[in-house]
Amino acid sequence: MAEDKVYSVDKATVQMIEKSRRDGVLTIFDRAEDMKPCPIGSVGSCCKHCSMGPCRVNLSKKDEEAGRTKTGLCGATASTIAARNFIRMIAAGSASHSDHSRDVVEVFISAAKGEIPGYQIADENKLIAMAMDYGVETEGKEIKEIAIALGEKCQLEFGKQTGQLIGLNKAPEKRKEIWRKEGVWPRGIDREVVEIMHRTHIGVDQDFRSLIQQGTRSALADGWCGSMISTDLQDIMFGTPTPVYSEINLGVLRKDMVNVIVNGHEPLLSEMLVVASQDPEMTAYAKTKGAEGVNLTGMCCTGNEILLRHGIPLAGNFLQQELSIITGAVEAMVVDVQCIMQSLQDVSLCYHTKLITTSPKGNIPGATKMYFNEHDALNSAKQIIRVAIDNFQNRKSEVMIPNDRVPMIAGFSQETIDYLLGGMFRASYKPLNENIINGRIRGIAGVVGCNNARTMHDNNHLILIKELIKNDVIVLTTGCSAAACGKAGLLTPEAAREFAGAGLAEVCETVGIPPVLHMGACVDNSRILIAATAVVKEGGLGNDISELPAAGCAPEWMSEKAIAIGQYFVASGVYTIFGTAFPTLGSKEFTDYLFHGIEAQYGGKWDFVEDPLEMARKMIEHIDKARKALGIDKARDRVLFDMEKRRELA
Amino acid sequence: MSKIIASAAIRGAHKIIGNADKKVKEAIDKFGPNQEVAFPNTAYYLPIIYGMTGRKVEKLSDMEGIIKLCKTLLPPLVKEKHHFPYLGPVLDAGMATFFAEEMYEAIKYIENPKTYVLGEDPSDDNIWLGAADDVIMRKRGVEFVDGTAPGFAAILGGPEDPAVAARIALELQEKNLYVFMGADSNGKKMSEQLKQQGVQIGWPTRLVSFGPEVSSAVFAIGFATRAAMSFGGIDPGDYRKILIYNKDRVFAFAMTFGYVNDEWYANGAGCINWGFPVITDSPTPEILPTGVCTYEHVVSNVPHDQIVQRAVEVRGLKVTVAKVPVPVSYGPAFEGERVRGDDIYLEAGGGRTHAVELVTSSEMDEITDGKVEVIGPDVKDVKPGAKLPLAIYVQVAGRKMQPDFEPILERQIHHLINYAQGAMHIGQRDIAWLRLSKQAVDKGFTMRHIGDILHAKYHQDFGSIFDKVQVTIYTEEKKVDEILKKARAIYKVRDERVAGMTDEDTDPFYSCTLCQSFAPNHVCVVTPERTGLCGAYNWLDCKASFEINPTGPNQPIPKGDTKDALFGTWSGTDDFVMKASRGNVPTVDAYSIMRNPMTSCGCFEAIAAVLPTCNGIMTVDRDTAAMTPSGMKFTTLAGTVGGGNVTPGFLGHSKIYITSKKFMKAEGGLKRLVWMPKSLKEEIKERFEVRAKEIGIPDLLDRIADETVATTEEEVYAYISEKKHPALEMESLF
Repeated sequence: MAEDKVYSVDKATVQMIEKSRRDGVLTIFDRAEDMKPCPIGSVGSCCKHCSMGPCRVNLSKKDEEAGRTKTGLCGATASTIAARNFIRMIAAGSASHSDHSRDVVEVFISAAKGEIPGYQIADENKLIAMAMDYGVETEGKEIKEIAIALGEKCQLEFGKQTGQLIGLNKAPEKRKEIWRKEGVWPRGIDREVVEIMHRTHIGVDQDFRSLIQQGTRSALADGWCGSMISTDLQDIMFGTPTPVYSEINLGVLRKDMVNVIVNGHEPLLSEMLVVASQDPEMTAYAKTKGAEGVNLTGMCCTGNEILLRHGIPLAGNFLQQELSIITGAVEAMVVDVQCIMQSLQDVSLCYHTKLITTSPKGNIPGATKMYFNEHDALNSAKQIIRVAIDNFQNRKSEVMIPNDRVPMIAGFSQETIDYLLGGMFRASYKPLNENIINGRIRGIAGVVGCNNARTMHDNNHLILIKELIKNDVIVLTTGCSAAACGKAGLLTPEAAREFAGAGLAEVCETVGIPPVLHMGACVDNSRILIAATAVVKEGGLGNDISELPAAGCAPEWMSEKAIAIGQYFVASGVYTIFGTAFPTLGSKEFTDYLFHGIEAQYGGKWDFVEDPLEMARKMIEHIDKARKALGIDKARDRVLFDMEKRRELA
Repeated sequence: MSKIIASAAIRGAHKIIGNADKKVKEAIDKFGPNQEVAFPNTAYYLPIIYGMTGRKVEKLSDMEGIIKLCKTLLPPLVKEKHHFPYLGPVLDAGMATFFAEEMYEAIKYIENPKTYVLGEDPSDDNIWLGAADDVIMRKRGVEFVDGTAPGFAAILGGPEDPAVAARIALELQEKNLYVFMGADSNGKKMSEQLKQQGVQIGWPTRLVSFGPEVSSAVFAIGFATRAAMSFGGIDPGDYRKILIYNKDRVFAFAMTFGYVNDEWYANGAGCINWGFPVITDSPTPEILPTGVCTYEHVVSNVPHDQIVQRAVEVRGLKVTVAKVPVPVSYGPAFEGERVRGDDIYLEAGGGRTHAVELVTSSEMDEITDGKVEVIGPDVKDVKPGAKLPLAIYVQVAGRKMQPDFEPILERQIHHLINYAQGAMHIGQRDIAWLRLSKQAVDKGFTMRHIGDILHAKYHQDFGSIFDKVQVTIYTEEKKVDEILKKARAIYKVRDERVAGMTDEDTDPFYSCTLCQSFAPNHVCVVTPERTGLCGAYNWLDCKASFEINPTGPNQPIPKGDTKDALFGTWSGTDDFVMKASRGNVPTVDAYSIMRNPMTSCGCFEAIAAVLPTCNGIMTVDRDTAAMTPSGMKFTTLAGTVGGGNVTPGFLGHSKIYITSKKFMKAEGGLKRLVWMPKSLKEEIKERFEVRAKEIGIPDLLDRIADETVATTEEEVYAYISEKKHPALEMESLF
């Protein structure tokens, strides 16, 4: 355990790690010191798809230079093994997003039918727009009818066996042509995941090209359908995010209140917890226990969901989940699914915190099970809040809440950006495009993804993003990356003046936006796809996402969902850099394909860079290349219109 | 939006909406909720509200809903720290500002109907013109359409020095722009400043004194909004199209003088929705990134001597100013200026003396290009108030010159002389009438300059059809009478030649898509017997225009096969219109109102409409403001017909078309006409009677009703029944 090592750029995090040491509580930071990643598995060279193995096909430097190769017992090559491992990660990621989405659809249908009190249609415009995208008849139909029909249509997308997924139709025409040509337009969300599992079984698909083609089908089914359906239906039920003011970091916990942290990825229950936590009945009950009321805060992406829609403060990102409990001030941590550390239970035992699991899909031994019943959602939520309140008096150890709470403006859905750039009457992406064309904004970067305990917490995110905005690249962010930005003050309009280049700062000042736009949870990366499509459709920047001066990055990724996201971005035409580690490096052949060859097919490609400044450099280089190809690398003359020119306007 | 601007604009919008709210409540208390409310003589209600929302404000109570809408649009004030994004919200605040101000101004019309002067000119005791009625909007709108006015400057306040105000106004006029003026800067109102400086203000000189308050900005924006609906054919409520239309096609901008207060900022934010940037002389923050406007949004601290040039650049407008060697300002903005009473230095024609204008072709070696001679006394030889006979004789020569082009060139003399500041010209041929002002003569303007103008402008505008122009100006009675005699003989020959042309023996026809700058789907098919609906372009004009500019808006249309001679349908015209209307109009019947009538841009001189009970057709010209038997005024009819839409039962047409043999030939022609305004009857009487005789009903004009005998369809029916109008005996229209 390295005592002098700095684990995070975030002061509050460092402070809590110190407290964990004092309290004798082990956290992920300690475990990361104790156990190094497996060098064979981390590069995708380990195959454990049958009981003859695991086979390790990694090569020593010397062997590699000598051109030797190694295969598994069955003869599977390094490229086959790396590709199989890679697309199984895609399968897991797609499944996670899409299974979340399936639950959302089920709740949506029940809500539309009026079967579950507390849930309703909050955004009728978006409902109608989406219904039209999905070919649901809207003319002369009641909202309820439309919603039910839409929900049922979405539900069919998961189990569809033939045909084409509908969601991908939203993409630019040229992109759809590419997908058709490459034969990757997915048939059904579940089917593509299942087919990955089949193809990667021993002795089935043994060509990395067709393996990754299947991986692409699944990833596209995730990005343009599974994830997108959940984002869209959540918006319709809970409201499409608009800018909200809130605060972030562990300092949002309150010493004098009952602290309830929601952690995970599904907003279905947490939406109700928002209502329940603000219920006067609950406040009154909390007062009987000596607290001022109930302070609901979020963690990870469930936190992002209720932040964006209700301005609920965010306590932190992935690597801070244990630390929040270590404050000693958390009465209950309510978790649903994805990215929840099993260690939370052990940590909570050291304090008074109750770890409450709410999804039958996500159980943790020792934790309190309070499965969410959507048919009685508000009462489910109230019961949880009550348990938390009852726990307030059990605070035992020293309560230490860091002072850090940073203001932020979040809530930039693609619809909101459209509105903000022109108001009700002139809403459009035109000002964004125009200022990209005139060079005030150099390009667009999507910086997303997780925290990773193998690298300094939040550090890559922040160095990269600051470098990007300094170079006039506007940053769209989601998930744990967004939280990192929030804690560093990058999500305020004032940050434009402090951190952004002159051109970007001027545009930010014009619109009144931060230089980094928080677009949602990681499942909401689909919003970035739609925003990119809107930019393409607005015109002046080519005919496809791949032509945009744009790039993507997940500098501290760790989850399999990130790989699914990366692949759907690459297959949508985006140059995508991952940091910390890359799970195919064991096969030069397959890695070369992902980093180079794939570009000829999809216009996008993968890259792996460890140094965040180098990431920024490569992203900017890519952006500049795109600008040159578009012919917008040089200043353009002002065009003055005479009558003849005006007549030429169609 | 800069934060300072956004904060101020939103604060201003709060105040303006607060005031309007109060004003509406007070008005309802005082006049009752059912009190009618409107701007004068318009079919567009309160045009900004109508254009943006499709909602008609007809009674005071209708305003309550709009106030509610304003409040919904009104964003909260911008916070000092960690504010929300404001660009979208502040644009909404600007829009709400205009809604509120439009209601505020409309209520002023109820409170005191004399708040504003009706018509085009200020009166002696009131310089404020208020909302332009639809007659003005259409008449002036045509100039926006054909490019004689590329846009307008909406001015708030006035510069410190009235002389600077006059200079800026002149500079804007020289760029052919309309100048819409409102509000005051510390008491300084540009309209008043111009008046003090002896500048003629009013619609004719394009210097429009809208109102003393900042809220009069809505008259400018309402004008632009109506242009999109009437010429662009955009439906009320289709706000996005209306705004983009203005951004792309109406080259307007706002210009402010002096301290910019919150309310001005709110109005500026409103303008940006229309794509109209704000240029100011004060040191406010700027908004330079592009996006909502074509280029910058707010440009500040511009010195007065650069402000017009800067404004034009920021708006992205290219103005080609004609260079004419005269010592006065020159351009269309001066066309409407009058010279009267004591201002007159010299006068010719107008019944006082003989005055005549003639253009003829010559052989190349007969004339010298650029030679301008004045035979007889010039201004230096006469005293102020003098009257002289006048003959302007222009000879042109060149290989491409044709006799057909002579009358076209001759007709230009009127506006080409009028464009000179201080010269007033009326009429043409042997009824010409010229006045020169003392101011112009003071600046050195002489009769010789008339020749210089014609020489320069003919070369600029028509240079491709001839090589030489020689002008002789006679001011001696004997010489003038000689030219007069010669001219009358030539007029007669010309008239007979044109009258003899028929559609049947002419090929090709010509298109006119001049108005596509404003009405992108509209195509005029101009035939010898059917002029353009504006009355300004006949077949010969189009032909000449094509010769001058072979890729221009007038293209030959080979007739192709005759599909239907009665209805006037040819394969060639159909193919052309289909293509030129961008697929919107597949076929046109040139002689029918009922089946595929020709579309209209909005520039029509008159509109015909079916009166079903009478089995006939009425027509009304755009100068008639009164109600017609169709139940619609001209303005309302115009809203139905314009914008490039096919509207069976309604037809926009020129006045001269009424007496054409092809006038609604498919429906039976002139015999169908059952009603038209008395003034129109008078105007076309001579030609009408000739035509009536031809069809064997010499007293047809008397059998046609007008507003003195009938203003409803029933009354028309009663009148024509009594008069035994032929329409009643004709085959049913339906």
